[in-house]
Amino acid sequence: MVLNDSPDGPAARSAHDTAWPARLHVVTGKGGTGKTTVAAALAFALAAGGHRTLLVEVEGRQGLAQLFELEPLPYAERRLPDAGPDVRLLAVDPEEALLEYLDLFYRMGRAGRALRKLGAIDFATTIAPGLRDVLLTGKVKEATTRTDDAGRRVYRAVVLDAPPTGRIGRFLNVTAEAARLAKLGPIKTQSESVAALLRSPMTSVHLVTLLEEMPVQETTDAIAELSGLNIPIGKIIVNSTRPPLLADAKLTQAELKRGLVAAGLPVDRRTVTTLLAEARDHQARHALEQQLRGELAELRRPMLELPLLPDGIDLAGVRHLAGLLRAAA
Amino acid sequence: MLDVDAVLGDPRVRIVVCCGSGGVGKTTTAAALALRAAEKHGRRTVVLTIDPARRLAQSLGLTELDNTPRVVDGVDGPGELHAMMLDMKRTFDEVVLTHTAPERAREIFANPFYQAMSSTFSGTQEYMAMEKLGQLRAGDRWDLIVVDTPPSRSALDFLDAPARLSRFLDGKMLRLLMVPARAGGKSMFNLVTASFGVFSKAVQKILGAQLLTDLSGFVSALDSTFGGFRERAEQTYRVLQDPQTAFLVVAAPEPDAVREASYFARRLGAERMPLVGLVLNRVHRSELPELSAKQSTEAAAELAEEHAMTAQALEVHALLMRQVARESTVSTDFTDEFPDVPVAHVPAQPTDVHDLTGLRAVGDALAAS
Ligand SMILES: Nc1ncnc2c1ncn2[C@@H]1O[C@H](COP(=O)(O)OP(=O)(O)OP(=O)(O)O)[C@@H](O)[C@H]1O
Ligand SMILES: Nc1ncnc2c1ncn2[C@@H]1O[C@H](COP(=O)(O)OP(=O)(O)O)[C@@H](O)[C@H]1O
Ligand SMILES: [Mg+2]
Ligand SMILES: [Mg+2]
Repeated sequence: MVLNDSPDGPAARSAHDTAWPARLHVVTGKGGTGKTTVAAALAFALAAGGHRTLLVEVEGRQGLAQLFELEPLPYAERRLPDAGPDVRLLAVDPEEALLEYLDLFYRMGRAGRALRKLGAIDFATTIAPGLRDVLLTGKVKEATTRTDDAGRRVYRAVVLDAPPTGRIGRFLNVTAEAARLAKLGPIKTQSESVAALLRSPMTSVHLVTLLEEMPVQETTDAIAELSGLNIPIGKIIVNSTRPPLLADAKLTQAELKRGLVAAGLPVDRRTVTTLLAEARDHQARHALEQQLRGELAELRRPMLELPLLPDGIDLAGVRHLAGLLRAAA
Repeated sequence: MLDVDAVLGDPRVRIVVCCGSGGVGKTTTAAALALRAAEKHGRRTVVLTIDPARRLAQSLGLTELDNTPRVVDGVDGPGELHAMMLDMKRTFDEVVLTHTAPERAREIFANPFYQAMSSTFSGTQEYMAMEKLGQLRAGDRWDLIVVDTPPSRSALDFLDAPARLSRFLDGKMLRLLMVPARAGGKSMFNLVTASFGVFSKAVQKILGAQLLTDLSGFVSALDSTFGGFRERAEQTYRVLQDPQTAFLVVAAPEPDAVREASYFARRLGAERMPLVGLVLNRVHRSELPELSAKQSTEAAAELAEEHAMTAQALEVHALLMRQVARESTVSTDFTDEFPDVPVAHVPAQPTDVHDLTGLRAVGDALAAS
């Protein structure tokens, strides 16, 4: 495999090259922890300063279209509308990827499309889930290493909204999967070159987690699995953190009452006991979160936190998180 | 309002299925309901869990994966609680053994394709959950079977995956693929059949001849016995349409989860499967709703210097009130569409739920709403 280094000179490199040095950023985590959100924010962060990035999803869920409130994405790289940073979106569909592949190596042409109606393609990718993964990662690799006529890289970075932690090892371990397939031929060559990219410093797998027991457990398990596969691990991104209110102090009833009086608020029993109880629940939660932070720290990976945005995630939210990722060194 | 005790205490209800998208608390809800059925309603109950959180599994005594129900220690009251964790591979093996002569079964087990499929095929887990439910029901050992569903990305997978696997195993497509390419043959005039020949050649090249051979060995070994296999799944599917079954859709009060819950509720309606309610899990509420987020935030700003602690307590309250507001918008979306589906609210516990005490608290909350 030929991996040309970037022809953009050092001048074109921006500060965050040091914080996010890889070219292919794979974002995984337990289901619902914020993989799609964080992947989008990272694509924005890496596009800052006029670079072009590609944000890819591979699970056929149209998560990116939902996030950006767009019509379902076709199997084509489209620029995110509304100008701003040059972020392109791509939803890789395994069926389309197989057709593209067949076309390339077996000249199936348009005839292949007719097979879709028969369900043949679904069948082929189903009996060999490894084939599906090789095709999907193959497409990601192609985009990551693509160059234009002048030999410059088309994308400064590619960010993959990847399958969840439970499936990430198998998804990225393409050579093992391909070994079950043909022993020869283009699929073998392809999977070897994908495997080489995924094990090179060009790749970095980031783990998104919440400060909850199961996501932290899955992060730990995934790191062990990926290390065993020699796949480079990037950062642990702790998502949706809450402000550390009342972190290391006791709130007494007397103090609370004095404060409420000063603010002109009622100090009846219900108000006081409710606020105290809410404060205690918050502290209990916080204590648990601190313990989980400790467990994550023991994994000895660079860690950063993204706050819970109280109004949920929209385009402005993605940009805000992108700013925080960019600032993180 | 959902009357959980009426469901759990009704002797005609024999199966409770907890479904919903991943991570919303299906396993927790299933375990809490089963515990309550045993403790408060005196029923001989078994809970079939799938992929429980490690510490919950430990406190249910699910330390060994032996694919059979084990009694749960520490249960009070007149009933019994047994728990088991689904072992998908083992269940598949059992199915093969029941429907096949021993030599044939050995052949199937040795087939590399079987090995891959029984542990990784998407849909196998759903199918095997259905199969295990059928087995548990057959013995008449249990008054009530509470079923957790696999952590699929979509709640609908539980209903769809078995049919998908059946279609696959009946081997039509495979027989087509195995036919040597005869694209040049005289009878092949249309584009589809012609390209199929080319396609199957290409597929053989890509997948390798060995895989296709393994696959066809597997399918033909299974062919003779597959009738029984499928019949059983169809029977179980019909039981799910019977009033002895009660479906509960579990959702977190978040847009994605509630959207999934709506899809599922619609689908259950279409399949005439008895949906008894929605469980909104991990909801937040405040006993002090009259102190609004805005008011609280303003007071906090005012007190920041002189009364820092009170200010922070008010900020905590403001955060909570905002969350309550967000959650209530989301749950209204569901109740607007399904005004007849009763809802139970389970408050977010301050810490994870991983012992019987926690499960009892969840059970009480379910019954109280
Ligand atoms: N920092 C944040 N602040 C507020 N809400 C957030 C934040 N991050 C994610 N969310 C919300 O959490 C939910 C789950 O996020 P997202 O869809 O990105 O997760 P995911 O890991 O991609 O989920 P899945 O496993 O289903 O693909 C979404 O509703 C999203 O808007
Ligand atoms: N009401 C609740 N309050 C606090 N934590 C909860 C609650 N319900 C579930 N959890 C926690 O959430 C996590 C996921 O729950 P689980 O039941 O395993 O979800 P599912 O089976 O839907 O994937 C577990 O760690 C569990 O302890
Ligand atoms: Mg996602
Ligand atoms: Mg579960």
